[in-house]
Order: sequence, then structure tokens, then C-alpha cells
Amino acid sequence: MLRYSLKRLLSLVISLAVASLVIFAVIEVAPGDPASFMLGINAQPDTVAALRAELGLDMSKPQRYVAWVTGMLSGDFGTSYTYRTPVAQMIADRMWISLPLAIYALTLSTLIAFPAGIYAASRRGKGGDVAVMGATQLGIAVPNFWFAMMLVLIFAINLRWFSAGGFPGWDKGFWLSMKALTLPAISLALPQSAILARVMRSSLLDILGEDFMRTARAKGLTRRQALWRHGLRNALIPVLTIIGLQFSFLLAGGIIIEQVFFLPGLGRLIFQAISARDLIVVESVVMLLVFSVILVNFLVDLAYAAVDPRLRSRT
Amino acid sequence: MRSRSLILGAVLCVVVVATALISFIWTPYDITQMDIPNKLQTPSLTHPFGTDHFGRDILSMIMIGARTSLAVALVAVGIGMGLGVPLGLWAAARKGGWTDEIIMRGNDLVFAFPALVIAILITAVFGAGATNAIIAIGIFNIPVFARITRGAALSLWEREFILAARVSGKGAARISLEHILPNVMNLLIVQGTIQFSLGILAEAGLSYVGLGAQPPVPSWGRMLADSQTMVSFAPHLALVPGLAIVISVLGLNLLGDGLRDYLDPRIRVART
Repeated sequence: MLRYSLKRLLSLVISLAVASLVIFAVIEVAPGDPASFMLGINAQPDTVAALRAELGLDMSKPQRYVAWVTGMLSGDFGTSYTYRTPVAQMIADRMWISLPLAIYALTLSTLIAFPAGIYAASRRGKGGDVAVMGATQLGIAVPNFWFAMMLVLIFAINLRWFSAGGFPGWDKGFWLSMKALTLPAISLALPQSAILARVMRSSLLDILGEDFMRTARAKGLTRRQALWRHGLRNALIPVLTIIGLQFSFLLAGGIIIEQVFFLPGLGRLIFQAISARDLIVVESVVMLLVFSVILVNFLVDLAYAAVDPRLRSRT
Repeated sequence: MRSRSLILGAVLCVVVVATALISFIWTPYDITQMDIPNKLQTPSLTHPFGTDHFGRDILSMIMIGARTSLAVALVAVGIGMGLGVPLGLWAAARKGGWTDEIIMRGNDLVFAFPALVIAILITAVFGAGATNAIIAIGIFNIPVFARITRGAALSLWEREFILAARVSGKGAARISLEHILPNVMNLLIVQGTIQFSLGILAEAGLSYVGLGAQPPVPSWGRMLADSQTMVSFAPHLALVPGLAIVISVLGLNLLGDGLRDYLDPRIRVART
């Protein structure tokens, strides 16, 4: 287990190193100089040069890369070109919307997918299974931002149960904020739950064909008892992997949903930074998202190996 | 049940592709012409899907938008297959060697990236537009095809007919091309339809946030973005492009599922 963990840790570090290089390189080749962009076209050359020095743009590329990475490691994500505030602070503020949204959506997705998947597997080939599988096909085909717009149309504009967008802030009350995140979370969760339900179903069906399930039936358990006591626990392993992957997807997928609901999260931060060519913010937010995705995958790998010893010997 | 999904999927795909192709020679209205007096009309006989805020015919825009969606997704799949399949074949032929290791680690790395975030980064930095959207989506198709090709090719390399080919003096490259590739083709076609549908969704997402095809080229994603402020009094503007996306993606997914069962003889035997 220790050997396996160290190996995964090494690949985590390599992934992060390469990811940071790629992101840095992409931002580097971006056309336009941030300093001249900030000062406008009429700026004096020496003013631009002074600002370039202040922003650290006069250093060589390798120096800047090292400065960026070491800064991030110590929690310093640089200073926003446009707002002149620390990027770390901006990210921390927005994180309190994006992160709860992702967790909320993941919870909903799991709550929908588990019963649906278990039900479909237990009714294999019958009407209920066909209905659930048909619904998941539809769920996968629906773009979540369009689904979000439809939810707004029905529940905010016609029924007036929710507001169409915006976020009151956690200090205005927990339930009020949760309510503002409800439609965004549903629209993120539903397409994901369709995928998760399919994985749950096929994983359960695989387990139901195993010898130990027949043994469980042979010792006198009913189908239902065998499913709950022995089937479910074993079927959960691949499902947990998908849940881990989905968390990172929800964190990143929230970027577009935040646009639909005008939520001031990481997604809006990225798009504002892009239109203002505030590249240091784009760079750091993207790196942070990539980091969380790679980290979650790493943790899932470890959890997976902890419950299933067979995996430790592989790779 | 299975052959039904194949037929339904094929029908939906034919409808979408036909719509896109017809738009090259005919659309009900000219979408470059504004018709302000007839703006925001609800669906009627003259305008089956209504008109937008410039009085343009929604049906015509949907038809031309289908071109954008299909073209972007198709070329992105082409990039993924064109680079991914040779990489996968190469990795399988050099199984366990350092080329295999490098190719597969590179794949893992691309997989680890949140595709949407990187697509946004690429289009934001290099400029919004269909070409950059294609590249951004295409890059993430490469590891998908590389992995699936390698996986299938590895088991083929163990088979007798490959051994026979090696004994007859064929090199790894020739065996990959003449014996491995034809045998993984079915798998690639199925995966191709799935990636095609994901490409349509990704293109719609990028266009929605303004990073896809630029005006005046119509795209379903941007039609949705434009409709957002008008959804309270003109819901058909949001409904129609969304349904167009759903139908295309659903059609491709059903076609992929159906093809998988149709092309995989083992499942057919098991069913009968």
C-alpha cells in the first residue's frame, strides 16, 4: 500500500508540474502585453516599462515561471492586473459559491442516481428498467446550461418559486443562500445523475452474476436481502470512482452554470478576467481547478486501492 | 429493444445531417436579412419556429446552425482519431517499452485535465472562434481514441493470426495497419459516434459563453445565449435550439449504443 501510494504521489507531482508548464506556456503566448493593455494605447513608453517592472513582466520567462509556482506553493497567487487585489483573496471569496454548489450538486446527483440505478438493476429487462434507461439517455443528451434556462423559465419566471439568478451571500442567511443555489445545483446534477445511474445499474448487474451472490441466495436469502447485504457493497466500488470524477466535473462544469444564474463564483471570475485580459487571474484560477481535479483523482485512486487490495499490485 | 435504439438513432441522425446539408442549397428565409416588423413572432405557418429579435426565421437559423455544430464536432473527432489511433497502435506494438509508457502517461495527463476549463483557456487566449473551438475539443479526443485503440490492439497481438503474420515476415507497422486496424474499426466507429455527440455538447457550451463560432455564423449555443434575456416573453427562442441539441446528441448516442450491439457478435449470440 505504501509503495502504491508513493507511486501515485509521484505521478500526482509530475501531473501538476506538467499542467503548470502547459498553462504557463499557453498564457505566455497570448497576444498582447498586459501592461500596455491596462494603460491604454496613449500611454508613455516609460510608464509602460515601469508598470511592466512592477508586475514582474520584465523578468525572463523561466524566472517568471519559477516565481509563479513558488508563489502559489506559499499561497501567493499574484496580484490581479485590473483590480490590484491579491488573486488568492479573489479566489477565496468566489470559492464559497463554487465549492458549495459542487457539493450540493453532487449530493443531489447521488440521491437521484442511487435509487434509480438500483431500481433499474432489480427490474432488469422489465418496463421499469427500460423507462429508467430511456430517461438516462435523455438526461445525458440535455446540455446542462439549457436545462438550467428551462428551470428558470418554469420555476422562476412562471411559478415564481425561485429567483432567476444572483446570490444573496452567506451572511444574509444560510437557507436563503441554499435556495439561490438550488436551481443551479439541480441543473448541474441531473445530467450527471443520468451517467451515475447507468454506472450504478451496470455495476450491480455485474455483481448479481457473481458466484458469491448465488451462494447468498443458496443459504436462504431472498433476492432483495442478497442485493442489499452483499450486492450493493461490492457494486459501490466503481460507483465511487465515478463520483470522484464527477466532483471535479461539477466544479469545472459550474463555470457555465454560474453564467446562466449570474452567480459570482469562480466561473464568473474567469470570464471577467478573460474579457479584461487579466491573465494572471485566468492562469491561477485554471491552475487551481486543474489542481483540484488531479487531487480528487489521486484521492479516489488511494481510496479505491484501500478497499480493493487487488488494485495495489497493478501499475 | 436494441435494434429499436439503432433505428431510432439512425433516423434522428439522418434528420440532423439532412437538415445541415439542405441548408447549403435552401433555407426558408435568408438569415442575413433583418425583418424588424416581424420580430419575435411565435411559431406560425409562415415561420414554423417563429422569428428572433431581428425578425430572422428561427428554422433557417437552426438549419445553418446544424452545419456549425456538425462541422466542429466532426473535425474534432477527426483530430482525435487521426492522432489517437496511430498513437494507440504504436503503443500496443511497443507494449511495455518506453514509447508505450510515454504515450500512455501523456494520455493520463490529458485525461486528468478538466476538458471544459482547458477549452475555455485555449479559446480565450487564442481568440474565440470555430477553429480554436475545434482544436480545444479535438485535443481531448486524442487520448480517448489512443486508449481504446491500444486496449483492443493489445489483445489482438496475442492472437494466432497475428503470429502467422509475424512468421510470414511482416513488420509491426504493416501488421498494425493491415491486421490490427481493420479489427478495431468497429470499436472506433462506436466510440466515434459517442465523441461526436460529446463534441456537439462541448461546442454548444463554448458558443453559449461566447467562445465558439462568432457572429454572423449562427450556432445553437449562441442562439441560446441570445435568447436568455428574452426567455420570459419569447420562450420559443430558447426552446428550439435546445431541442435541436438534444435531438442530435440523443440520436448519436442511440446510434452508438445500437451499433455497439449490432457490431459485437458476442452480444448477439448471447441474446438469441
